[in-house]
Amino acid sequence: MTDLSVDLGFLKLKNPVIGASGTFGYGLEFEPYIDLNRLGGFVVKGLYFSPREGNPPPRLVETPSGLINAIGLPGIGVKRFSEEILPRLQKFNTTIIVNVCGENNEEYASVVEFLDKYDGIAAYELNISCPNVEQDGLCPALSPEATFSAVSLVKKTSSRPIIAKLSPNVTDVVQIALSAEEAGADALSLVNTFLAMAVDIETRKPKLSNIYGGLSGPAIKPIALRMTHQVAGRVKIPVIGMGGILTGQDALEYMIAGAKAVEVGTANFIDPESTVKIIEELREYCQKKGIDRIETLIGTLQA
Amino acid sequence: MVKDPQARIVDKKNWKSYFSLSLESPRIAAQAQSGQFIMVRVSAHTQPLLRRPFSIHSKSEKTVEIFFQITGLGTELLSQKKPEDSLDILGPLGKGFEAGKNLKGKDIALVGGGRGIAPLYFLSQKLRSYGATARIFYGGKSQEDLPLKEKFEKEGFDLHWSTDDGSSGFKGFVSDLFKTELEKYTPDRIFACGPELMMKKISLIAQEKNIPAEFSLESVMGCGFGACWGCVRRIKRDNREEWVKICEEGPVFSGNDIIWEEGDE
Repeated sequence: MTDLSVDLGFLKLKNPVIGASGTFGYGLEFEPYIDLNRLGGFVVKGLYFSPREGNPPPRLVETPSGLINAIGLPGIGVKRFSEEILPRLQKFNTTIIVNVCGENNEEYASVVEFLDKYDGIAAYELNISCPNVEQDGLCPALSPEATFSAVSLVKKTSSRPIIAKLSPNVTDVVQIALSAEEAGADALSLVNTFLAMAVDIETRKPKLSNIYGGLSGPAIKPIALRMTHQVAGRVKIPVIGMGGILTGQDALEYMIAGAKAVEVGTANFIDPESTVKIIEELREYCQKKGIDRIETLIGTLQA
Repeated sequence: MVKDPQARIVDKKNWKSYFSLSLESPRIAAQAQSGQFIMVRVSAHTQPLLRRPFSIHSKSEKTVEIFFQITGLGTELLSQKKPEDSLDILGPLGKGFEAGKNLKGKDIALVGGGRGIAPLYFLSQKLRSYGATARIFYGGKSQEDLPLKEKFEKEGFDLHWSTDDGSSGFKGFVSDLFKTELEKYTPDRIFACGPELMMKKISLIAQEKNIPAEFSLESVMGCGFGACWGCVRRIKRDNREEWVKICEEGPVFSGNDIIWEEGDE
């Protein structure tokens, strides 16, 4: 019997596979297709304090082995989430993480302050890295100072662990990671999407109404994996890797490179069963290789 | 909502750039309502990455059929599938037409433009089974864009058709043909699917004449089941306008609720 559980220190997951925020809805959208109880966990779509509309369409454009989105974080806000969604999530035996958004540090803190009153949330993933809400993809995770101030304020406010979600759109992701760690983040998740664009040559217009969007999918995996490896080698807190994971093999690459757990994103659109299939593929790999505990695989990249 | 990873292609038809595939999927067929759609994985690899949405063109006890036109890489790959190949499909998804037994004895107009005719065939079968009269208005750019004309004719539907170039039937847009026919009669209800501008024109006609009308909207979709928020459309809800997910609350909406895109009236 292979032990797939992983221990993030502040949180034990039954397996390392987490549905990624923005691709997993509020979780319930996947109920017709998979048993949510089988997941290591999932991160519900980013929540601002108030309901938000998001960007006008077109919000999506497909590129070779990739998807650029400029959804713009629409959502129902914390009040409706706590009334309509959270009670339905509490019945599941899996780890629920809430992705927390804010237009400024105070809003991040107010979301956390509000949700702290409710049971059923294991941790907050601080979304300081969405490229689709401000012009030119601006977000706190582009600067060590802004990362530090957002993470430290939320950490002070929150009674729950904080996972800082980092952006790949930086010159040195390790520097940002160290800032988040210093500010008190309990874990890091990386990476969010890569700022990208596509052009319609007939109309000469951008293919997204927002002009720029965030690239995800297999196209980004090698770069996201490299960033995960760089960060995991420098911080002491656990790192959750993500970017283009479609299969068990992809997830294993991230874990060998140092990720304690992984988030699966775009794959959920292609196949709503992706997360459970990846869990099965991890189990098969461990059995084939005679690995009793998957944790022993983490960070074992050979020279 | 079911995932069927191996729906076998039991029949394939082709008219130039138009195709239909009949897929064996008893569980999806059992649930399918007219106006709903399925998401089809067109490649086992990552190019194209996402599934493609197709409205359900017809169904039998064991099969659902899709009808499509080659418009890009996804539909091109799909057009190359052969009978006995299997497709990975999700469905049935979305909310379909509000066409129930209450339409018995009613005179219903179905207006389809180009590949937008796809969901209207399923609906025509449904309406007939409820004892409603379905009149079909079918438009295309040219003669070869009316591949389903014979199918409707053979089944004895009252069919009116148009081509933009006048190569067959009424010369002009199907919306103009429809307007002309409305000088002779007034349908109890309109269901339409086609290009944005065509649907907008039909919607204006329906509002002018105070005829209830529903439209099936098309959109690029990330997932098809409400998780990605990618396929939104401006829709009126409780006197407000909102971005509403086409995959979840549509693809069929009442004409009174749709905010039509700006442009040539």
